[in-house]
Amino acid sequence: MEVNNLIDDTTQREIEFDAKIASGKTIEPKDWMPDRYRKQLLRMMSQHAHSEVIGMLPEGNWITRAPSLARKAILIAKVQDEAGHGLYIYSGAETLGMDRSEMNEMLMNGKAKYSSIFNYPTLTWADMGAIGWLVDGAAIVNQTVLAKCSYGPYARAMVRICKEENFHNKQGYQIMAYLMQGTKEQKEMAQDAMNRFWWPTLMMFGPSDKNSPNSGDLLKWKVKLNTNDDLRQRFIDRTIPQAEAIGLTIPDKDLKWNPETRHYEFGEIDWAEFNQVISGNGPCNKLRLKQRNDAHKNGEWVRAAADAYAKKKAVAA
Amino acid sequence: MSDSTKEWPIWEVFTQKKDGAAHEHAGSVHAPDAEMALLNARDVYGRRMEAINMWVVLSSAIVASTPEDMGPFFDPANDKLYRWPNSFKTPQGIKQV
Repeated sequence: MEVNNLIDDTTQREIEFDAKIASGKTIEPKDWMPDRYRKQLLRMMSQHAHSEVIGMLPEGNWITRAPSLARKAILIAKVQDEAGHGLYIYSGAETLGMDRSEMNEMLMNGKAKYSSIFNYPTLTWADMGAIGWLVDGAAIVNQTVLAKCSYGPYARAMVRICKEENFHNKQGYQIMAYLMQGTKEQKEMAQDAMNRFWWPTLMMFGPSDKNSPNSGDLLKWKVKLNTNDDLRQRFIDRTIPQAEAIGLTIPDKDLKWNPETRHYEFGEIDWAEFNQVISGNGPCNKLRLKQRNDAHKNGEWVRAAADAYAKKKAVAA
Repeated sequence: MSDSTKEWPIWEVFTQKKDGAAHEHAGSVHAPDAEMALLNARDVYGRRMEAINMWVVLSSAIVASTPEDMGPFFDPANDKLYRWPNSFKTPQGIKQV
């Protein structure tokens, strides 16, 4: 009796699947995939899409109060991009067999997670700088890697997103740089935004590798290509010179350059705060959920009008 | 759409990047009809002049070969080397045919 006959069909398929991924092949929607691969991807992609959508809220807060028409136009374009990014990823996630309305439902009723960073408030104009520069900067580090992940629709959505994310990053850095050339109050405002957003941005990369329950499988299946800690380090290394160039101080007394490893060493992240925020107790969790639900409800008439128009035209035709 | 769990159909979006280029799949949008699908496709996949022309087609109208078929379905193309010009030997001294 051959050994293969002893292995059931699913196990055989999983071996072939793992080998396919190991050889660098891309998985497409109709390809066979292990249930856990599908579930983990769906979890990651829907959370990612939700983050783009919720990410519009803290910035949307400042559209009416942008300091000039040019800044307002830039901010509107950026927020529109975030909506687009959400849609690219929902479109990709739907190829895994879940309807977008179902994902949206899970976001609105609080079952689905999104990036913890958006549960912090945007208190001043400088926060628009901090978000574009730091938060989108962190997203770029993360998404550049995801653009090479094993699932085709996700990777392709990331390629599209990365092209647009550099605009977000640069406009944010420019806001900070301008403030740092301004009055004493403007400089303080920029530094204050830096102080509030630095640590929550580092938390965006997720739990430390020692404590990341989903990382093992995700790395094996090339859904993730680097560990959370690797990406966090990459972000820190590239961001600190940018902060120094415009005179911002990193709010970390333990931060120091290690000439041997050629990396920055940094202080301990407050994981208790991270766990509080992801479990729903951050400063703005309830507000964000309410804003998302209100936005959906307030858009009802637009959907109804589009529906009525489509029906009317179909009758006329 | 009074029932929020009811979703509009999916339309696949194809974009033509520049004059003379072929249309390429960009992603998908939800819309109640073709006209709206085209407007949504423009807003989602064409904010930076990525397209000079777009197609939208109902996702359910696309028929695709399946991954399981991949071998047998494309086999007929596999054993006809004579379809490639470099399978023909050129007499010596002739530079170009």
